[in-house]
Amino acid sequence: MKVDVSLTVDGRHHRLAVDTRTTVLDALREHLDVTSPKKGCDHGQCGACTVLLDGRRTLSCLSLACAHDGAEITTADGLAPDGELHPVAQAFLDHDAYQCGYCTPGQICSAVGMLAEAAAGAPSIVSGDLTAPVDLDRAEIAERLSGNLCRCGAYAHIVDAVSEVAP
Amino acid sequence: MKPFAYERPDDAARAVATVAADTGAVFLAGGTNLVDHLRLGIAAPSTLVDVTGLTSAEITDLPDGGLRIGAGVRNADLAADERVRRRYPALAQALLAGASGQLRNMATTGGNLLQRTRCSYFQDLTTPCNKREPGAGCAALEGWARHHAVLGATHEPAGVACVATHPSDMAVALVALDAQVHVLGPDGERTVPAGRLHRLPGDDPARDTVLAHGELITAVDLPPSAIAARSAYRKVRDRASFAFALVSVAAALDVDAGGTVRDARIALGGVAHVPWRATAAEQALVGGPATDDAFRAAARAELVDARPVESPRGGTAFKLPLVTATLAATLRDLAVREETA
Repeated sequence: MKVDVSLTVDGRHHRLAVDTRTTVLDALREHLDVTSPKKGCDHGQCGACTVLLDGRRTLSCLSLACAHDGAEITTADGLAPDGELHPVAQAFLDHDAYQCGYCTPGQICSAVGMLAEAAAGAPSIVSGDLTAPVDLDRAEIAERLSGNLCRCGAYAHIVDAVSEVAP
Repeated sequence: MKPFAYERPDDAARAVATVAADTGAVFLAGGTNLVDHLRLGIAAPSTLVDVTGLTSAEITDLPDGGLRIGAGVRNADLAADERVRRRYPALAQALLAGASGQLRNMATTGGNLLQRTRCSYFQDLTTPCNKREPGAGCAALEGWARHHAVLGATHEPAGVACVATHPSDMAVALVALDAQVHVLGPDGERTVPAGRLHRLPGDDPARDTVLAHGELITAVDLPPSAIAARSAYRKVRDRASFAFALVSVAAALDVDAGGTVRDARIALGGVAHVPWRATAAEQALVGGPATDDAFRAAARAELVDARPVESPRGGTAFKLPLVTATLAATLRDLAVREETA
Protein backbone atom coordinates (compact mmCIF):
# COMPACT_ATOMS: atom_id res chain seq x y z
CA MET A 1 0.00 0.00 0.00
CA LYS A 2 1.35 3.40 -1.03
CA VAL A 3 0.63 6.65 0.73
CA ASP A 4 1.48 10.23 -0.13
CA VAL A 5 3.54 12.09 2.44
CA SER A 6 5.12 15.49 2.54
CA LEU A 7 8.35 16.02 4.43
CA THR A 8 10.44 19.11 4.92
CA VAL A 9 14.06 17.99 5.04
CA ASP A 10 16.82 20.46 5.88
CA GLY A 11 14.55 23.29 4.71
CA ARG A 12 13.45 21.68 1.45
CA HIS A 13 9.87 20.55 0.84
CA HIS A 14 9.27 17.14 -0.68
CA ARG A 15 6.15 15.24 -1.67
CA LEU A 16 6.58 11.54 -2.21
CA ALA A 17 4.57 8.35 -2.50
CA VAL A 18 5.96 5.67 -0.19
CA ASP A 19 5.03 2.13 0.76
CA THR A 20 3.53 2.09 4.27
CA ARG A 21 6.53 0.00 5.36
CA THR A 22 9.04 2.72 4.49
CA THR A 23 10.79 4.23 7.49
CA VAL A 24 11.76 7.88 7.68
CA LEU A 25 15.38 6.69 7.40
CA ASP A 26 14.72 4.82 4.15
CA ALA A 27 12.60 7.70 2.80
CA LEU A 28 15.54 10.04 3.42
CA ARG A 29 18.29 7.80 2.10
CA GLU A 30 16.60 5.82 -0.67
CA HIS A 31 13.94 8.23 -1.92
CA LEU A 32 15.42 11.68 -1.28
CA ASP A 33 19.17 10.94 -1.47
CA VAL A 34 19.70 12.53 1.93
CA THR A 35 22.45 10.24 3.17
CA SER A 36 23.80 11.91 6.30
CA PRO A 37 21.56 9.83 8.60
CA LYS A 38 23.16 6.37 8.64
CA LYS A 39 21.68 2.90 8.90
CA GLY A 40 23.54 1.08 11.66
CA CYS A 41 21.49 -1.54 13.48
CA ASP A 42 18.04 -0.65 12.06
CA HIS A 43 16.57 -1.65 15.45
CA GLY A 44 16.84 1.55 17.51
CA GLN A 45 19.88 0.34 19.39
CA CYS A 46 22.76 2.35 17.90
CA GLY A 47 21.56 5.91 17.21
CA ALA A 48 23.35 6.28 13.85
CA CYS A 49 20.04 7.24 12.20
CA THR A 50 19.29 10.08 14.66
CA VAL A 51 17.66 13.17 13.14
CA LEU A 52 15.78 16.09 14.63
CA LEU A 53 12.10 15.46 13.87
CA ASP A 54 9.91 18.45 14.66
CA GLY A 55 12.83 19.71 16.74
CA ARG A 56 13.43 16.61 18.85
CA ARG A 57 16.10 13.95 18.45
CA THR A 58 14.42 10.88 17.02
CA LEU A 59 15.42 7.49 15.66
CA SER A 60 14.48 7.62 11.99
CA CYS A 61 14.83 3.81 11.65
CA LEU A 62 11.89 3.23 14.02
CA SER A 63 9.70 5.98 12.54
CA LEU A 64 7.34 5.08 9.71
CA ALA A 65 7.24 7.76 7.02
CA CYS A 66 3.45 7.38 6.64
CA ALA A 67 3.03 8.28 10.32
CA HIS A 68 5.08 11.47 9.95
CA ASP A 69 3.31 13.23 7.11
CA GLY A 70 4.09 16.94 7.34
CA ALA A 71 7.14 16.50 9.59
CA GLU A 72 10.04 18.94 9.69
CA ILE A 73 13.27 16.97 9.67
CA THR A 74 16.76 18.29 10.24
CA THR A 75 19.69 16.01 9.53
CA ALA A 76 23.32 16.63 10.45
CA ASP A 77 23.70 18.00 6.92
CA GLY A 78 21.09 20.71 7.49
CA LEU A 79 22.14 21.98 10.90
CA ALA A 80 24.03 24.91 9.36
CA PRO A 81 23.79 26.73 6.02
CA ASP A 82 25.75 25.33 3.06
CA GLY A 83 29.47 25.72 3.52
CA GLU A 84 29.27 26.38 7.25
CA LEU A 85 29.61 24.08 10.24
CA HIS A 86 27.26 23.98 13.21
CA PRO A 87 29.20 24.69 16.46
CA VAL A 88 28.70 21.07 17.56
CA ALA A 89 30.09 19.78 14.25
CA GLN A 90 33.03 22.18 14.55
CA ALA A 91 33.71 20.92 18.09
CA PHE A 92 33.72 17.31 16.82
CA LEU A 93 36.35 18.34 14.25
CA ASP A 94 38.42 20.28 16.78
CA HIS A 95 38.43 17.40 19.28
CA ASP A 96 38.92 14.54 16.81
CA ALA A 97 35.65 13.10 18.13
CA TYR A 98 35.38 10.24 15.65
CA GLN A 99 37.43 7.65 13.88
CA CYS A 100 35.56 6.06 10.97
CA GLY A 101 32.84 8.73 11.10
CA TYR A 102 29.87 6.45 10.45
CA CYS A 103 28.12 7.27 13.74
CA THR A 104 29.09 10.96 13.63
CA PRO A 105 26.01 12.51 11.94
CA GLY A 106 23.81 10.71 14.47
CA GLN A 107 26.09 11.72 17.34
CA ILE A 108 25.95 15.38 16.26
CA CYS A 109 22.15 15.44 15.85
CA SER A 110 21.79 13.69 19.20
CA ALA A 111 24.12 16.20 20.89
CA VAL A 112 22.21 19.15 19.40
CA GLY A 113 18.91 17.69 20.60
CA MET A 114 20.37 16.84 24.00
CA LEU A 115 21.70 20.39 24.53
CA ALA A 116 18.22 21.78 23.87
CA GLU A 117 16.69 19.29 26.33
CA ALA A 118 19.23 20.25 28.99
CA ALA A 119 18.65 23.97 28.32
CA ALA A 120 14.95 23.36 28.98
CA GLY A 121 15.87 21.89 32.37
CA ALA A 122 15.29 18.18 31.67
CA PRO A 123 17.01 15.99 34.30
CA SER A 124 18.81 12.70 33.66
CA ILE A 125 19.16 9.55 35.74
CA VAL A 126 22.61 10.66 36.93
CA SER A 127 21.33 14.05 38.13
CA GLY A 128 21.61 13.85 41.92
CA ASP A 129 18.69 16.22 42.44
CA LEU A 130 15.86 15.87 39.93
CA THR A 131 14.76 19.47 40.47
CA ALA A 132 18.16 21.22 40.48
CA PRO A 133 19.42 23.19 37.45
CA VAL A 134 21.23 21.00 34.92
CA ASP A 135 25.03 20.99 35.10
CA LEU A 136 26.34 19.19 32.01
CA ASP A 137 29.45 17.57 33.48
CA ARG A 138 31.10 14.58 31.80
CA ALA A 139 28.88 12.04 33.55
CA GLU A 140 25.74 13.91 32.45
CA ILE A 141 26.93 14.16 28.84
CA ALA A 142 27.84 10.47 28.70
CA GLU A 143 24.47 9.45 30.14
CA ARG A 144 22.45 11.74 27.90
CA LEU A 145 24.26 10.51 24.78
CA SER A 146 24.11 6.81 25.71
CA GLY A 147 21.72 6.16 22.82
CA ASN A 148 24.54 6.74 20.33
CA LEU A 149 27.05 3.95 20.03
CA CYS A 150 30.51 4.41 18.53
CA ARG A 151 32.16 1.15 17.51
CA CYS A 152 35.52 2.89 17.17
CA GLY A 153 35.23 3.93 20.80
CA ALA A 154 35.69 7.69 20.34
CA TYR A 155 33.58 8.37 23.41
CA ALA A 156 36.26 10.26 25.37
CA HIS A 157 36.73 12.77 22.56
CA ILE A 158 32.97 12.99 21.92
CA VAL A 159 32.48 14.02 25.55
CA ASP A 160 35.34 16.55 25.13
CA ALA A 161 33.64 18.02 22.06
CA VAL A 162 30.21 18.27 23.64
CA SER A 163 31.71 19.68 26.85
CA GLU A 164 33.15 22.53 24.83
CA VAL A 165 29.78 23.61 23.41
CA ALA A 166 27.81 22.87 26.60
CA PRO A 167 26.95 25.98 28.64
CA MET B 1 8.23 -6.75 6.60
CA LYS B 2 4.77 -7.94 5.54
CA PRO B 3 2.57 -5.37 3.76
CA PHE B 4 0.01 -3.53 5.88
CA ALA B 5 -2.56 -0.77 5.52
CA TYR B 6 -2.20 2.45 7.49
CA GLU B 7 -5.14 4.35 8.94
CA ARG B 8 -5.47 7.50 10.97
CA PRO B 9 -9.02 7.82 12.32
CA ASP B 10 -10.43 11.16 13.49
CA ASP B 11 -10.91 10.19 17.11
CA ALA B 12 -10.13 7.52 19.71
CA ALA B 13 -13.61 5.94 19.54
CA ARG B 14 -13.26 5.35 15.81
CA ALA B 15 -9.75 3.94 16.30
CA VAL B 16 -11.12 1.51 18.90
CA ALA B 17 -14.01 0.49 16.64
CA THR B 18 -11.61 -0.10 13.74
CA VAL B 19 -9.23 -2.32 15.71
CA ALA B 20 -12.02 -4.14 17.59
CA ALA B 21 -13.66 -5.08 14.28
CA ASP B 22 -10.48 -6.50 12.71
CA THR B 23 -8.37 -9.17 14.42
CA GLY B 24 -5.47 -8.21 12.13
CA ALA B 25 -5.45 -4.55 13.12
CA VAL B 26 -3.23 -3.07 15.83
CA PHE B 27 -2.76 0.37 17.37
CA LEU B 28 0.38 2.35 16.53
CA ALA B 29 1.65 5.01 18.95
CA GLY B 30 5.36 5.88 19.27
CA GLY B 31 6.28 2.74 17.34
CA THR B 32 9.55 2.10 19.16
CA ASN B 33 8.66 -1.53 19.89
CA LEU B 34 6.02 -2.24 17.21
CA VAL B 35 8.08 -1.04 14.22
CA ASP B 36 10.93 -3.26 15.38
CA HIS B 37 8.50 -6.19 15.69
CA LEU B 38 7.23 -5.56 12.14
CA ARG B 39 10.80 -5.77 10.92
CA LEU B 40 11.67 -8.85 12.99
CA GLY B 41 8.50 -10.61 11.86
CA ILE B 42 7.14 -10.95 15.40
CA ALA B 43 4.11 -8.86 14.43
CA ALA B 44 2.44 -9.05 11.02
CA PRO B 45 -0.73 -6.94 11.28
CA SER B 46 -2.96 -6.25 8.28
CA THR B 47 -3.61 -2.67 9.41
CA LEU B 48 -1.86 -0.15 11.63
CA VAL B 49 -4.28 2.26 13.28
CA ASP B 50 -2.30 5.33 14.29
CA VAL B 51 -3.56 6.79 17.59
CA THR B 52 -1.02 9.62 17.69
CA GLY B 53 -2.96 12.75 18.57
CA LEU B 54 -6.11 10.77 19.43
CA THR B 55 -5.32 10.44 23.14
CA SER B 56 -4.19 13.35 25.29
CA ALA B 57 -0.54 14.39 25.28
CA GLU B 58 -1.13 16.55 28.38
CA ILE B 59 -0.50 16.04 32.10
CA THR B 60 -3.30 17.65 34.11
CA ASP B 61 -3.99 18.20 37.81
CA LEU B 62 -6.89 16.16 39.19
CA PRO B 63 -9.31 17.73 41.71
CA ASP B 64 -8.21 15.22 44.38
CA GLY B 65 -4.59 16.38 44.13
CA GLY B 66 -3.43 13.60 41.83
CA LEU B 67 -2.23 13.81 38.22
CA ARG B 68 -3.75 12.56 34.97
CA ILE B 69 -1.22 11.53 32.34
CA GLY B 70 -2.59 11.34 28.80
CA ALA B 71 -1.66 8.09 27.06
CA GLY B 72 0.01 10.15 24.34
CA VAL B 73 2.42 11.91 26.72
CA ARG B 74 5.97 11.12 25.62
CA ASN B 75 8.24 9.45 28.16
CA ALA B 76 10.70 12.37 28.02
CA ASP B 77 7.95 14.91 28.74
CA LEU B 78 6.57 12.87 31.63
CA ALA B 79 10.02 12.56 33.22
CA ALA B 80 10.66 16.29 32.82
CA ASP B 81 7.32 17.41 34.27
CA GLU B 82 7.97 19.50 37.38
CA ARG B 83 5.02 17.98 39.29
CA VAL B 84 6.17 14.42 38.55
CA ARG B 85 9.72 15.23 39.59
CA ARG B 86 8.62 16.73 42.92
CA ARG B 87 5.64 14.57 43.84
CA TYR B 88 6.44 11.21 42.18
CA PRO B 89 10.26 11.07 41.92
CA ALA B 90 10.31 7.27 41.50
CA LEU B 91 8.34 7.69 38.27
CA ALA B 92 10.66 10.36 36.88
CA GLN B 93 13.70 8.24 37.77
CA ALA B 94 12.19 5.08 36.29
CA LEU B 95 11.51 6.86 33.00
CA LEU B 96 15.00 8.37 32.91
CA ALA B 97 16.55 4.97 33.67
CA GLY B 98 14.82 3.51 30.61
CA ALA B 99 15.94 3.39 26.98
CA SER B 100 17.81 6.36 25.46
CA GLY B 101 17.14 10.06 24.97
CA GLN B 102 15.88 9.48 21.44
CA LEU B 103 13.57 6.63 22.44
CA ARG B 104 12.16 8.60 25.36
CA ASN B 105 11.26 11.40 22.92
CA MET B 106 9.28 8.90 20.83
CA ALA B 107 7.74 6.42 23.29
CA THR B 108 4.34 7.20 24.81
CA THR B 109 2.86 6.40 28.21
CA GLY B 110 0.34 3.95 26.75
CA GLY B 111 2.88 2.29 24.49
CA ASN B 112 5.44 1.95 27.26
CA LEU B 113 2.91 -0.04 29.33
CA LEU B 114 2.13 -2.29 26.37
CA GLN B 115 5.69 -2.95 25.21
CA ARG B 116 6.53 -6.62 24.97
CA THR B 117 9.27 -8.70 26.56
CA ARG B 118 12.82 -8.40 25.25
CA CYS B 119 13.41 -12.15 25.84
CA SER B 120 15.92 -12.91 23.09
CA TYR B 121 14.10 -16.14 22.20
CA PHE B 122 10.77 -14.30 21.82
CA GLN B 123 12.54 -11.94 19.42
CA ASP B 124 14.28 -14.72 17.47
CA LEU B 125 11.90 -16.42 15.03
CA THR B 126 14.23 -19.40 14.65
CA THR B 127 13.75 -20.55 18.26
CA PRO B 128 10.63 -21.96 19.96
CA CYS B 129 8.61 -19.52 22.06
CA ASN B 130 5.21 -20.13 23.62
CA LYS B 131 4.53 -16.41 23.79
CA ARG B 132 5.07 -15.96 20.06
CA GLU B 133 3.74 -19.34 18.94
CA PRO B 134 1.56 -21.06 21.57
CA GLY B 135 2.56 -24.69 22.10
CA ALA B 136 5.99 -24.37 20.49
CA GLY B 137 7.98 -24.64 23.73
CA CYS B 138 10.38 -22.30 25.53
CA ALA B 139 13.99 -22.00 24.37
CA ALA B 140 14.97 -19.87 27.37
CA LEU B 141 14.63 -22.81 29.79
CA GLU B 142 17.58 -24.53 28.13
CA GLY B 143 19.21 -21.41 26.75
CA TRP B 144 21.00 -18.26 27.71
CA ALA B 145 18.76 -17.18 30.55
CA ARG B 146 19.80 -13.94 32.18
CA HIS B 147 17.01 -11.39 31.75
CA HIS B 148 14.45 -13.98 32.82
CA ALA B 149 12.07 -14.40 35.71
CA VAL B 150 12.40 -15.64 39.27
CA LEU B 151 8.80 -15.01 40.38
CA GLY B 152 5.45 -16.12 38.97
CA ALA B 153 6.81 -17.84 35.86
CA THR B 154 5.48 -21.01 34.25
CA HIS B 155 8.26 -23.64 34.08
CA GLU B 156 6.12 -26.56 32.94
CA PRO B 157 4.44 -28.13 31.07
CA ALA B 158 6.65 -27.41 28.07
CA GLY B 159 3.77 -26.31 25.83
CA VAL B 160 2.90 -23.31 27.99
CA ALA B 161 6.21 -22.60 29.77
CA CYS B 162 7.25 -18.94 29.86
CA VAL B 163 9.96 -17.29 31.95
CA ALA B 164 9.89 -13.91 30.17
CA THR B 165 10.03 -10.64 32.10
CA HIS B 166 8.20 -7.39 31.47
CA PRO B 167 10.82 -4.86 30.32
CA SER B 168 9.28 -1.52 31.36
CA ASP B 169 10.86 0.62 34.05
CA MET B 170 7.97 3.11 34.04
CA ALA B 171 5.42 0.40 34.78
CA VAL B 172 7.31 -0.69 37.91
CA ALA B 173 7.02 2.83 39.33
CA LEU B 174 3.35 3.11 38.33
CA VAL B 175 2.57 -0.16 40.12
CA ALA B 176 4.37 0.96 43.28
CA LEU B 177 2.56 4.32 43.17
CA ASP B 178 -0.92 2.71 42.82
CA ALA B 179 -1.64 4.27 39.41
CA GLN B 180 -4.95 3.65 37.65
CA VAL B 181 -5.10 2.95 33.93
CA HIS B 182 -8.04 4.30 31.89
CA VAL B 183 -9.07 2.10 29.00
CA LEU B 184 -11.49 2.75 26.15
CA GLY B 185 -13.08 -0.28 24.50
CA PRO B 186 -15.86 -0.86 22.01
CA ASP B 187 -18.34 -1.07 24.91
CA GLY B 188 -17.12 2.04 26.71
CA GLU B 189 -14.58 3.03 29.35
CA ARG B 190 -13.16 1.12 32.28
CA THR B 191 -10.37 1.59 34.79
CA VAL B 192 -7.75 -1.02 35.62
CA PRO B 193 -5.27 -0.66 38.50
CA ALA B 194 -1.71 -0.55 37.07
CA GLY B 195 -0.93 -3.57 39.28
CA ARG B 196 -3.65 -5.60 37.55
CA LEU B 197 -2.97 -4.53 33.95
CA HIS B 198 -0.29 -7.11 33.26
CA ARG B 199 -0.85 -10.81 33.89
CA LEU B 200 1.34 -13.75 34.82
CA PRO B 201 1.90 -16.24 32.00
CA GLY B 202 -0.20 -18.99 33.61
CA ASP B 203 -1.20 -21.37 30.82
CA ASP B 204 -1.56 -18.59 28.23
CA PRO B 205 1.80 -16.80 27.93
CA ALA B 206 0.84 -15.18 24.62
CA ARG B 207 -1.27 -12.67 26.55
CA ASP B 208 0.71 -9.95 28.28
CA THR B 209 -2.18 -7.95 29.75
CA VAL B 210 -5.84 -8.21 30.71
CA LEU B 211 -6.84 -5.91 27.84
CA ALA B 212 -9.07 -7.30 25.11
CA HIS B 213 -8.27 -6.81 21.43
CA GLY B 214 -9.38 -3.29 20.54
CA GLU B 215 -9.10 -1.81 24.02
CA LEU B 216 -7.03 1.37 24.04
CA ILE B 217 -5.24 2.95 27.00
CA THR B 218 -6.32 6.61 27.09
CA ALA B 219 -4.78 7.91 30.33
CA VAL B 220 -3.03 6.96 33.57
CA ASP B 221 -3.98 8.56 36.89
CA LEU B 222 -1.53 9.00 39.76
CA PRO B 223 -3.40 9.21 43.06
CA PRO B 224 -2.51 11.97 45.55
CA SER B 225 0.04 10.47 47.91
CA ALA B 226 2.28 11.95 50.56
CA ILE B 227 4.51 8.88 50.59
CA ALA B 228 5.07 9.13 46.81
CA ALA B 229 7.15 12.28 47.35
CA ARG B 230 9.59 10.06 49.27
CA SER B 231 10.00 7.48 46.56
CA ALA B 232 12.92 6.32 44.45
CA TYR B 233 13.76 3.97 41.59
CA ARG B 234 16.96 1.95 41.49
CA LYS B 235 17.99 -0.12 38.49
CA VAL B 236 20.74 -2.73 38.12
CA ARG B 237 21.82 -3.56 34.58
CA ASP B 238 24.69 -5.08 32.61
CA ARG B 239 25.98 -1.72 31.36
CA ALA B 240 25.91 1.77 32.85
CA SER B 241 23.13 3.09 30.60
CA PHE B 242 20.71 2.12 27.81
CA ALA B 243 20.09 -1.45 28.94
CA PHE B 244 17.12 -3.33 30.34
CA ALA B 245 16.98 -4.08 34.05
CA LEU B 246 18.38 -7.27 35.50
CA VAL B 247 16.62 -6.17 38.67
CA SER B 248 14.97 -2.88 39.56
CA VAL B 249 13.14 -1.51 42.58
CA ALA B 250 10.56 1.25 42.86
CA ALA B 251 9.90 2.06 46.50
CA ALA B 252 8.42 4.65 48.81
CA LEU B 253 8.99 4.68 52.54
CA ASP B 254 7.48 6.49 55.52
CA VAL B 255 9.43 6.19 58.78
CA ASP B 256 8.34 7.81 62.06
CA ALA B 257 10.59 9.80 64.39
CA GLY B 258 11.36 6.68 66.41
CA GLY B 259 12.69 4.84 63.37
CA THR B 260 9.65 2.61 62.85
CA VAL B 261 8.30 2.03 59.35
CA ARG B 262 4.80 3.52 59.11
CA ASP B 263 4.16 2.68 55.48
CA ALA B 264 5.95 1.22 52.46
CA ARG B 265 5.29 0.77 48.74
CA ILE B 266 7.49 -1.59 46.76
CA ALA B 267 7.47 -2.97 43.23
CA LEU B 268 10.16 -5.01 41.48
CA GLY B 269 11.23 -5.00 37.84
CA GLY B 270 13.16 -7.59 35.86
CA VAL B 271 11.90 -10.49 37.97
CA ALA B 272 8.52 -11.48 36.51
CA HIS B 273 6.11 -11.42 33.57
CA VAL B 274 4.55 -8.41 35.31
CA PRO B 275 5.89 -5.38 37.17
CA TRP B 276 5.84 -7.21 40.52
CA ARG B 277 4.12 -5.56 43.48
CA ALA B 278 6.03 -6.77 46.54
CA THR B 279 3.15 -6.96 49.03
CA ALA B 280 4.88 -9.55 51.25
CA ALA B 281 7.88 -7.26 51.61
CA GLU B 282 5.63 -4.28 52.38
CA GLN B 283 3.79 -6.23 55.08
CA ALA B 284 7.06 -7.45 56.58
CA LEU B 285 8.31 -3.87 56.89
CA VAL B 286 5.34 -1.99 58.32
CA GLY B 287 5.54 -1.65 62.10
CA GLY B 288 9.14 -2.82 62.23
CA PRO B 289 12.45 -0.97 62.45
CA ALA B 290 13.90 0.81 59.41
CA THR B 291 17.15 -1.14 59.56
CA ASP B 292 19.22 -2.92 56.98
CA ASP B 293 18.44 -6.29 58.60
CA ALA B 294 14.71 -5.59 58.34
CA PHE B 295 15.04 -4.49 54.71
CA ARG B 296 16.85 -7.71 53.84
CA ALA B 297 14.34 -9.81 55.75
CA ALA B 298 11.52 -8.10 53.81
CA ALA B 299 13.20 -8.98 50.51
CA ARG B 300 13.58 -12.59 51.61
CA ALA B 301 9.89 -12.68 52.57
CA GLU B 302 9.02 -11.60 49.04
CA LEU B 303 11.27 -14.28 47.55
CA VAL B 304 9.91 -17.23 49.56
CA ASP B 305 8.22 -18.70 46.47
CA ALA B 306 10.90 -17.64 44.00
CA ARG B 307 11.97 -20.17 41.40
CA PRO B 308 14.92 -19.15 39.26
CA VAL B 309 15.58 -20.49 35.77
CA GLU B 310 18.32 -23.10 35.98
CA SER B 311 19.62 -23.52 32.50
CA PRO B 312 22.81 -25.32 31.48
CA ARG B 313 23.85 -22.07 29.78
CA GLY B 314 23.14 -19.65 32.59
CA GLY B 315 20.29 -18.99 34.91
CA THR B 316 18.60 -16.42 37.07
CA ALA B 317 19.56 -17.65 40.56
CA PHE B 318 21.90 -14.64 40.75
CA LYS B 319 18.81 -12.43 40.91
CA LEU B 320 17.81 -13.65 44.38
CA PRO B 321 20.70 -11.99 46.26
CA LEU B 322 20.52 -9.12 43.76
CA VAL B 323 16.87 -8.40 44.61
CA THR B 324 17.74 -8.47 48.31
CA ALA B 325 20.72 -6.14 47.94
CA THR B 326 18.93 -3.75 45.57
CA LEU B 327 15.81 -3.51 47.70
CA ALA B 328 17.88 -2.97 50.86
CA ALA B 329 19.96 -0.27 49.16
CA THR B 330 16.86 1.54 47.89
CA LEU B 331 15.14 1.50 51.29
CA ARG B 332 18.34 2.45 53.14
CA ASP B 333 18.71 5.48 50.89
CA LEU B 334 15.09 6.50 51.44
CA ALA B 335 15.38 6.07 55.22
CA VAL B 336 18.55 8.17 55.37
CA ARG B 337 16.92 10.89 53.27
CA GLU B 338 13.96 10.96 55.61
CA GLU B 339 16.23 11.23 58.65
CA THR B 340 18.01 14.23 57.17
CA ALA B 341 14.83 15.90 55.85
